[in-house]
Amino acid sequence: MKNEPYTSRIRRHTPPSPTKKNCLFAFLIGGGICFAGQWLLYLYEALGATRDDASTLVTVTLIFLSALLTGIGVYDRIARVAGAGTLVPVTGFANAVVSPAIDTKQEGFILGVGAKIFTVAGPVILYGVLCGAVYGVLYSVILWFV
Amino acid sequence: MFLSMMTTSLLAFAVGGGLCVVAQLLIDKTALTPARILVLYVSFGVLLGAVGLFEPLVSLVGCGITVPLVGFGGNIARGVREAVLEQGLLGALSGGFTAAAVGCAAALLFGYLAALCFRGQPKRIS
Repeated sequence: MKNEPYTSRIRRHTPPSPTKKNCLFAFLIGGGICFAGQWLLYLYEALGATRDDASTLVTVTLIFLSALLTGIGVYDRIARVAGAGTLVPVTGFANAVVSPAIDTKQEGFILGVGAKIFTVAGPVILYGVLCGAVYGVLYSVILWFV
Repeated sequence: MFLSMMTTSLLAFAVGGGLCVVAQLLIDKTALTPARILVLYVSFGVLLGAVGLFEPLVSLVGCGITVPLVGFGGNIARGVREAVLEQGLLGALSGGFTAAAVGCAAALLFGYLAALCFRGQPKRIS
């Protein structure tokens, strides 16, 4: 038997990862969510909202829809096909907040839902605010000298 | 009018979809977990905002950049900048949460309501 390296031997036996298919679905579904969001934005503007308010309303609407679909178990079923397509849009963030909240109901509403709701939201908020604070300090220093 | 709306929404589709493909490649090709990717995208959004690229991108591709979590970071950067201009160094602390408030509050509120209304789905082993 030929003594080929372990890693290439393993690679020969593992099924090919469906990366191309995953990427296609991620592109179509993730892009579709952004496309729908854009038309929702136009709808809110047509109803009289300013650009900033309309943008905020789009975020809130998408988060609401995501929470609803997560609650009835549909979001996870779409996510199994869409992969990152349902992760990266703000709906994925909402899903990551809602899903542990529902799953930990049995552990109580304080240390179950109340704590676990931050499982993914916590890191996202922490690092978002942290980066923001670093930027704020740098920006203040720049303003000082300019 | 309609033509420019169509162009923007198609650009939103392409750029938003593209950001998802990058994330999918990161999941498939590296050991990055979904939570790490969300953190990465938010931080990247703050960076985009900090170097002044976020607002031009928003006017070009609209929801293609604001709907992905990058937009959350971009908003944080914008909030911080406005707060620093208004109240100095203190704005570095207040701006981020102010800008993130609506998205966070909405997700937490709807998450809580969903926990009240729905029961957990049995986990499927796939």
